[in-house]
Amino acid sequence: MEKELSSATQFGKVCEILDRYDRDPAKLIPILQAVQEEYRYLPEEILTLVATSLNLPPAKVYGVATFYSHFTLTPKGKHIIRLCDGTACHVKGSTALLDAIRKRLGLTGKQQSTPDLLFTVETVSCLGACGLAPAVVIDDKVHGQVTPEKAVALVEELINAEA
Amino acid sequence: MDEKKYLTIDGRQIAIEGERNVLEVARKAGIEIPTFCYHSDLSVYGACRLCLVDIAGRGGVASCSTAPEPGMVVKTSTKQIRAMRKIAVELLLAAHDQSCTTCYKSTSCKLLDLANKLGVTKVRFKPGFERMPLDNSNPSLQRDNNKCILCGDCVRMCQEVQGIGVLDFAGRGSHSRVVPAFGKDLKNVECIYCGQCARICPTGAIIPKNEVSKAWELLDNPEYKTVATIAPAVRVGFGEAFGMPVGTDVTGKITAALKQLGFVAVFDTTFAADLTVVEEAEEFLRRVTAGGTLPQFTSCCPAWVKYAEQFYPELLPNLSSCRSPQAMFGAMAKEMLPKLFDVPREKVKIVSIMPCTAKKFEAQRPEFSRDGDRETEVVLTTQELIQMIKGAGIDFNAIEPEAMDLPLGFKTGAGVIFGVTGGVSEAALRYAYKKLTGKNLANVEFKEVRGDDGYRRAEITIGDNKVRVVVVHSLSNAHKICEEVKAGKADVDLIEVMACPGGCVGGAGQPVYVGMETRKQRAAGLYRVDRNMQLHSSEDNPYVKEAYQNILGTPNSHKAHELLHTHYQSRKRIQDEDVLVSGSDEAQEKLPVTICVGTSCFKRGSQQLLQELTDFLKENNLQDQVAIKATFCHERCDRGPTANVDGTIMEKCSFEALRAEVVKRLRSAVAK
Ligand code: SF4
Ligand code: SF4
Ligand code: FES
Repeated sequence: MEKELSSATQFGKVCEILDRYDRDPAKLIPILQAVQEEYRYLPEEILTLVATSLNLPPAKVYGVATFYSHFTLTPKGKHIIRLCDGTACHVKGSTALLDAIRKRLGLTGKQQSTPDLLFTVETVSCLGACGLAPAVVIDDKVHGQVTPEKAVALVEELINAEA
Repeated sequence: MDEKKYLTIDGRQIAIEGERNVLEVARKAGIEIPTFCYHSDLSVYGACRLCLVDIAGRGGVASCSTAPEPGMVVKTSTKQIRAMRKIAVELLLAAHDQSCTTCYKSTSCKLLDLANKLGVTKVRFKPGFERMPLDNSNPSLQRDNNKCILCGDCVRMCQEVQGIGVLDFAGRGSHSRVVPAFGKDLKNVECIYCGQCARICPTGAIIPKNEVSKAWELLDNPEYKTVATIAPAVRVGFGEAFGMPVGTDVTGKITAALKQLGFVAVFDTTFAADLTVVEEAEEFLRRVTAGGTLPQFTSCCPAWVKYAEQFYPELLPNLSSCRSPQAMFGAMAKEMLPKLFDVPREKVKIVSIMPCTAKKFEAQRPEFSRDGDRETEVVLTTQELIQMIKGAGIDFNAIEPEAMDLPLGFKTGAGVIFGVTGGVSEAALRYAYKKLTGKNLANVEFKEVRGDDGYRRAEITIGDNKVRVVVVHSLSNAHKICEEVKAGKADVDLIEVMACPGGCVGGAGQPVYVGMETRKQRAAGLYRVDRNMQLHSSEDNPYVKEAYQNILGTPNSHKAHELLHTHYQSRKRIQDEDVLVSGSDEAQEKLPVTICVGTSCFKRGSQQLLQELTDFLKENNLQDQVAIKATFCHERCDRGPTANVDGTIMEKCSFEALRAEVVKRLRSAVAK
C-alpha cells in the first residue's frame, strides 16, 4: 500500500487540502474528510502533518479521527464486505455468516483486513434491509438472505477474479 | 448599597458572591458535594454527574455547571440524589480495574473514597472493560487505562494549564479512552513529564513511576556508600502525610528518618541551588556586559527544559546553560564524596528526593552519566520517600530531628526559596545586588517577584541598573512569554520558568493536593524557612566558597562548566515514520533525500522545497533515481529548513543548494 502515498502529487494533495481550508483548525473535520477521500484512509504521518500545520495537538486530531466512525486509520481493502448485525439479521444468523467469511479469508482476532489488502470485513448496525435478513453488502451491492455457504461462494468468486 | 442575593442550600441561606456555579456556593458554606471532573482551576466539563443536586422545580442537575440564581432552593442529599450518585459510582467501578489492594493510589483515590462514603458494598453491573496494556515506557510516569474513569481531568490539565494537549479522548461510546496521539506511549509523544496529569487524576490511571525498590537495593548493598539529598520543596510538603499542618518544615525529621533507613549521609539539594544562583546570576551578568543572547531563561526545571527543546528550539541559546540543582548536586557529590569516603567513584550512589516527576527523566539524560555511571542514581518523589518511611515502620511524628551532613548539607535561604515560583529570580537578584553595588542588602526580600499569578512582571533597580524580570509558572504561561520573546516584544532581561503551578511546591511528586490553597501554604512555609536562616545570599554560603576555592576556581570557569553546566538539543515531538513522497523505498541504489516538514521547518518553507525538488526531478526525468521522504524532525529546528541527502545534513537549505547537492551526488554515483 506504499503506492498510495508514494507520489509527490499525493503529498502535494494534503498541502493543497490544507490550503483549500485556509489552514483553519476549525475546519479540521472537512480537512480530514478530504484527506480520507484522497488516501482512502487517514495515515498516521498525514495526521501528524495536519496537526502540525493547523497548530493542534496531534492527540486532538487523533481524537477527532477516532470519534467519527466514517474515518478510518487503517488502510481498507480493495473489496469491502459489510455484514449487517442489526436485530433482524442477528436473529437470522449473521454471526454464523461473519464467522464463515472471516474463516475463509483467514482473519483472526481484531483483524479486519487481509494482509494483501484485497478484503476488508466490517459489521454495521443496520443496513435498512431487514426484509432481506441476513444481508451482506459486497462492494456496495446488497445480497439478501445469505447463507454461510452462499457468502463463502461470493467471496470465492472475488478471490478467483483477483487471481 | 448593593443588596446581597441569597439562595437556599439544605435549608441554609447562603449569599451568592460571584461564584460561577452552585457547587462553589455550597463548598464555600462547607457543604461537601462529591465531584470527579470539577476543579476550580480547570474549565467545567460536567461529565461525571456525581455533583448532582436537586433544585426545586428543575429536579436533578449537575451543580458544577449550573449558575447560582437568587431564590434557588437546593438539596444536596435527597434519597433520589444519593441513589443516583451511588449508581454513577457503581457504573464507574464496573468499568474499572478494581485492583485496589495493589494500587499505588489507594490511599488518595477519589473513586475508592467515594465508594466508601456512598456505601457502595457491591457492584450490581457486570464488569465490562477491554483490557489495555500498561504504558510504562518512560522514566517518570505510568499510565494504566484500565483504571481510567474518563473524567477528562488530565486532558484539561495538560491542555489548559500546560498548554500542550498530550492526552485526549479517542474513540467513542464504550470504546472511549484517554490516550496520547495515535494511542502511543507517553515516551513517543510530546509529554514533558511534569506529572500534573497524575496529580489531578482521581484514580490510579496515571501515577508517578515508583522506584522505591531500587532505593532499597542500593541501601541493602554494603559495597555502596548511598547518600540522600533532598530538594527545597520536599521539606514543606512532607508533614502533610503525617497529619501536620500544611507548610510545616520537617527538614530535621526527614534527615533523621533517612539516617534510620540506612543512608550514610544526608545532604541538601539546596546547597546545589546556592551554586546555581552563583553560576546563573554570573552568566546573566556576563551576557549583559558582553552582549550575549538575551533575555536569559532559567533552566532549573527539567520539564521546562524539555518543553523548550521540543517547542522552542530557536530559543535554546537563551536558556541558561546551568544544570538544575539536582544535576549540579550529582556532579559535585561524585567529585567530592569518593575522596571523603575513600571509595571509587562508582561506589558512591546518590538518591535524590524530589517534589518532581520530570527529575526522574532528567537523571537519565546521557549528559548526566559518566561511563555508564549515573551521577544521580535514583530519584524518589516526596510520596515515595513517605511510603519508604512508613513501610520501614519509622514513627515519623515521634522521631527527633537531626542535622544534615557537611559540606553538602549547608545552605542559605536563597537556595531554599528555589522551591517556589519567583524564588530563583529573587535569589539571583540578591546575588546581583551585592555583585553590582558591593553592598549588602538591607532587606533581602524582593516582594516584587513573589506571588501566585501565573505571569508576573517586575522591574528591579539595582544601583544604576534596571533589571526587567518575568516570572511564569505553568507552561501555558511559558508559551505566552516565549511567543513574545520570538516576536521581539517581550521587554525583559531575565525570565524564570517553572512548569508546575506554584513552582516545585506544587510538583506532582508531592503529596496529592487539590486546589491552590495547599501549595500557597507550602510556599509560605518556604519563605518562613528563609526568614529563619542566618544567611540569605548564596555567595555567603561558606561551603560554596570552599567549593570554588578547592575545586571550581571562579564562577563560569572551565571546571565550573564541566561540572555545573550543560547543553541542549532540539527534540522530536512525535516519534513516527517518515512519509515517502516519491520513489520507492526498496530500491537500494536510489539516492535517499529527506526533507523536514516539522512545524519549524514547515514555517520556514520546507514544503516549497519539497515541491521544487520533486518538480525538478520530474522535469529532468530523474524521479527514478531519487527517493524523497518527508520527515517530521531532523532535530535541528533552529536551523531549518533542513534536508538530509544520503547522510549529509543541509541546514538553512535553499532549493539551489539542495539541487546542487543532489546533482553532485547523482553524478558521482554514475562515475562509480
Ligand atoms: S506529564 Fe505533563 S506534559 Fe505529560 S501528559 Fe501529563 S500534564 Fe501533559
Ligand atoms: S486518566 Fe485519570 S484524570 Fe485522566 S480521564 Fe482517566 S481517570 Fe480522569
Ligand atoms: S463534577 Fe459536575 S459533572 Fe463532574
